[in-house]
Amino acid sequence: MVRDVSFGQYFPGKSLIHRLDPRAKLLIFIAYIVIIFCTFNFAALAVTTAFTALFLVLSKIPFKFYFKSLKVVIFIVIFTSLLNLFYGSGEALWQWWIFRITWEGIQRAIFVTVRIICLMLASSCLTFTTSPTELTDALERLMRPLKVIHFPVHEIAMMMSLALRFVPTLLEETDKIMQAQKARGADMESGNLVKRVKALIPILIPLFVSAFRRAYDVATAMECRCYRGGAGRTRMKQIHMGPRDVSALVVTALVIAGVILCNIFVTGVF
Amino acid sequence: MSFISIQDVFFSYEQAEDGKPVQNAVDGVSLNVEKGEFVAIIGHNGCGKSTLAKHLNAMLLPDSGKVLIDGDDTSLEEKTFDIREKVGLVLQNPDNQLVASIVEEDVAFGPENLGVEPAEIRRRVDEALKAVDMYEYRTHAPFKLSGGQKQRVAIAGILAIQPQCIVLDEPTAMLDPNGREEVISTLLKLNREKKMTVVLITHYMDEAVLADRVVVMDGGKVLTQGTPEEVFSQVELLKKHRLDVPQSAELAYRLKGCGLKIDNIPLTQADCVAMLREAMR
Repeated sequence: MVRDVSFGQYFPGKSLIHRLDPRAKLLIFIAYIVIIFCTFNFAALAVTTAFTALFLVLSKIPFKFYFKSLKVVIFIVIFTSLLNLFYGSGEALWQWWIFRITWEGIQRAIFVTVRIICLMLASSCLTFTTSPTELTDALERLMRPLKVIHFPVHEIAMMMSLALRFVPTLLEETDKIMQAQKARGADMESGNLVKRVKALIPILIPLFVSAFRRAYDVATAMECRCYRGGAGRTRMKQIHMGPRDVSALVVTALVIAGVILCNIFVTGVF
Repeated sequence: MSFISIQDVFFSYEQAEDGKPVQNAVDGVSLNVEKGEFVAIIGHNGCGKSTLAKHLNAMLLPDSGKVLIDGDDTSLEEKTFDIREKVGLVLQNPDNQLVASIVEEDVAFGPENLGVEPAEIRRRVDEALKAVDMYEYRTHAPFKLSGGQKQRVAIAGILAIQPQCIVLDEPTAMLDPNGREEVISTLLKLNREKKMTVVLITHYMDEAVLADRVVVMDGGKVLTQGTPEEVFSQVELLKKHRLDVPQSAELAYRLKGCGLKIDNIPLTQADCVAMLREAMR
């Protein structure tokens, strides 16, 4: 039950997006987050949506996986769009008791919905097409300048990649512990919130104990495989910024420019 | 000189206040392993066999005595990583040995730590995965593999370091019969075809039978050692220390007790059938 999450999974492939330098992908992703929240009118929103659609198609990942990842946020989307729908000033189009729908409210609701969906799709696209090792590798390389101030760049990247590796393993373990506790008569599905939170304690304690034991084992196994920190380490998969990556970055820059132009000419913001 | 030479090793996990060991996990063991040999170490839980395994790649250092790997003393700190490059250790739980989220990236972990060139790492990874028959799974996520497959990936991870010897600490203890079969046949193949030195620590007697030499440990000491035939014909000694013998050896032992004339103790099913046919005549 906890294992049914497609968000954060990696699907190996050979598409254009797969072959992009993970550093470029990470930078584009950061830029993307910025532009998605800088869309102030429908023209700008249309540009970013088109951009999103472009890389989703180029990733060649079946759309059902993207839909699956959207399921996780559907509640947040509905909640925030409803909240925005009734929260707007201006002339009321429809009114009943304290509920008031205005043209501005509708607009806000559309914006917030599209933004969250685009954000979710983009982050799914990033994790679907980039292996965790590539991702942490990119992070390590991008943060390398921080080494000057003795920031433990390699250690942080290694911890991240180990954490990502053990997410499914620990989820599986949680499942097992839950079943074991249920078999002993633990009741996790009834009662009020406080009661249900309390019911989690017998799951969390064994999970923590086993996670520590596992960590000890993993450390031993890493030492057995000659791990001695980041110094002198090489990587099997070298990452290169090629013409392809540069053009991807240029396209992103153009999209940013397009969004800014739309903002200026249509609404006059910026 | 032997490839692995264990000389009168004592080791204890706990020390009393006066510095004297409380209980020795390894209690005066001397043992040699030659290049290309397949040695099985058997014994009960807590007999010191896992502790001994960790001495072979300098994960643990002896309290007294010496462990020499290809002539190098494991207690010399500057030799630690040379030794770990020569002797690879595979542990019991396959899940906790895989550190990357993609099979081939995990296998690359060892050579990456050694600072091997990228193209050479690629070559080693492919070779190691082919050696354990997991090449088709190179882009899979480890958590989707079966136990036996995970353990074979763990073995490939060690092979990519290109050790001369591979030590396995109960690699089949957490696997189902199919997984055990996969792992053991992989080890046999490595030993026969690539002349890899294998030290297999196990408590399954039918796995020990396949080795060139069997070492029986009890209470931190070596009880007896020899070829599987020599060791498993000492049924009384093994029984006295509450150790099992392979089923066919057990049958032969009982038939012998009933007065049947049996010369050679059979170790495999086929030998057993032959023995029974002989005895019925």
